[in-house]
Amino acid sequence: MKFIKAKEVTYEYIRRDDDGNVEGINRAVDNVSLDVKEGDFITILGSNGSGKSTFAKHLNAILHPTEGSVWVNGMDTKEEDKTLAIRQSTGMVFQNPDNQIIGQVVEEDVAFGPENMGVKTEEIWERVEEALKTVGMTEYRKYSPNKLSGGQKQRISIAGVLAMHPKCIVLDEPTAMLDPSGRKEVIRALRALNEVEGITIILITHYMEEAIYSDKIFVMNKGQIVMEGNPKEIFSRVEELEEYKLEVPQITRLAYELKKKGFNLPDGILTEDELINAIKGL
Amino acid sequence: MFKDVTLGQYYQGDSLIHRMDPRVKLVGTVVYMVSLFLFSNYYCYALSAIFLLVVIILTKIPIIYMLRGLKAVLFLMVFTVVCNLFFTPGEPIFKFWILKLTMEGIQSAIYLMIRLTLLIVSASIMTLTTTPNQLTDGIEKLFKPLAIIKLPVHEIAMMMSIALRFIPILMEETDKIMKAQTARGARFDSKNIIVKIKCMIPILVPLFVSAFRRASDLALAMEARCYHGGDGRTKMKPLKYAGRDIAAYIIMFGYLGIIIALGLLRVFGIY
Repeated sequence: MKFIKAKEVTYEYIRRDDDGNVEGINRAVDNVSLDVKEGDFITILGSNGSGKSTFAKHLNAILHPTEGSVWVNGMDTKEEDKTLAIRQSTGMVFQNPDNQIIGQVVEEDVAFGPENMGVKTEEIWERVEEALKTVGMTEYRKYSPNKLSGGQKQRISIAGVLAMHPKCIVLDEPTAMLDPSGRKEVIRALRALNEVEGITIILITHYMEEAIYSDKIFVMNKGQIVMEGNPKEIFSRVEELEEYKLEVPQITRLAYELKKKGFNLPDGILTEDELINAIKGL
Repeated sequence: MFKDVTLGQYYQGDSLIHRMDPRVKLVGTVVYMVSLFLFSNYYCYALSAIFLLVVIILTKIPIIYMLRGLKAVLFLMVFTVVCNLFFTPGEPIFKFWILKLTMEGIQSAIYLMIRLTLLIVSASIMTLTTTPNQLTDGIEKLFKPLAIIKLPVHEIAMMMSIALRFIPILMEETDKIMKAQTARGARFDSKNIIVKIKCMIPILVPLFVSAFRRASDLALAMEARCYHGGDGRTKMKPLKYAGRDIAAYIIMFGYLGIIIALGLLRVFGIY
């Protein structure tokens, strides 16, 4: 079943000068079509200004396409009375952890979504309990978010979305402001959600390492989808990726360079173990 | 320097005061403030101070924390005290140029200092023991009747809670901006007041820009989490009065009664 379907989506920003006259039109998303199956782990890769964040906001009915349509769980995002249902089924996590935490205590923040949905008090408690347990933050439930690390804050944000019982979570560069250990922490939590809970994950990022575990990768450049495929396929096209200003992981790069020098290695090596095994097999 | 501000910061705890209904604490703080301004009389102040001390002990928060809140308003306090000292009409005991120190001035300056200290500490107690969410819940419920006259009670409560949540974040940001500007040669240590005010510009401009950006991010995040105003909203922690809250109300109004009695007795010259 197609959980998310985007058809020929185009989004234009209108630039205005100081007097409000139209100065020009920026096409941030240009004719993007993609389908996401329920339970998939999808990564959308792209460098700065590739339109990936703008596109992500369409999946949550925050932005509406200038042209084309987006369906989430069978609902057209243009229909205003479906907005809340769409936001409940597709949660969104943003880049800056400080700017998306509303509560002053962890558990109150996690409860914010269910409260807005009008969930009954006893059930809110159950959901908060369950969401915090899923992201492994139960022991911090009484803490102030200001006392947590970046990775922990992002896990709280994820818990806040989980408590709304979504079928899909869209994460807009959730690791961009984190240190390497925080980044690992968040990615690990996402993989667990996808594998254990079966939640569809759409990860927007410019770190290629984070895309390794996904079922499918889309690469965006200048508002368009320029590559699409599973990690092995995408990662074997090193030169193309670099053209789109994406940094290929070191291991993949090494394997690629070795192969260019005439070593008989398979395409699209993603992890250290794979490379070691491939070299041993020579 | 910004680490000192405790006003609007929750102190993690599980004391009797922490668990109390925020409405009780709100009404209590207001009642207490009123009690401070009813009478100018040392007996009343002594009672108020003792009452406050008992509450502080009950909160189990180190007293240092409460006093830190005072530091932030130190300037205001010194200013009002000085004004009172020199500009209160009365019998001068010391005269210099246009300044004259009067007995009444000293009296009212002392009163004012006691009042302000107790006032700020009592407000700190409320914010230290109540999470902003509880606080806004309390305000929302207390003022709910005003929604009839079209007062946007829920919206005001939500704005207050968000403002409170961002105080520490913006403080930290100010600190960062100051350091960044110092690194570029800005001088904040000047004694000259004009220079000092000019120095605020390179701090305030980036601070405002960042605050607006944060606000727009937060609005987006709230919308993404289905926020659509106060209609149909439920609560994780709905407010319900417990036995201790009723008891607290009784104690509170008992205290107010005693203060009034004490003050009136003094006014009528009984003691």
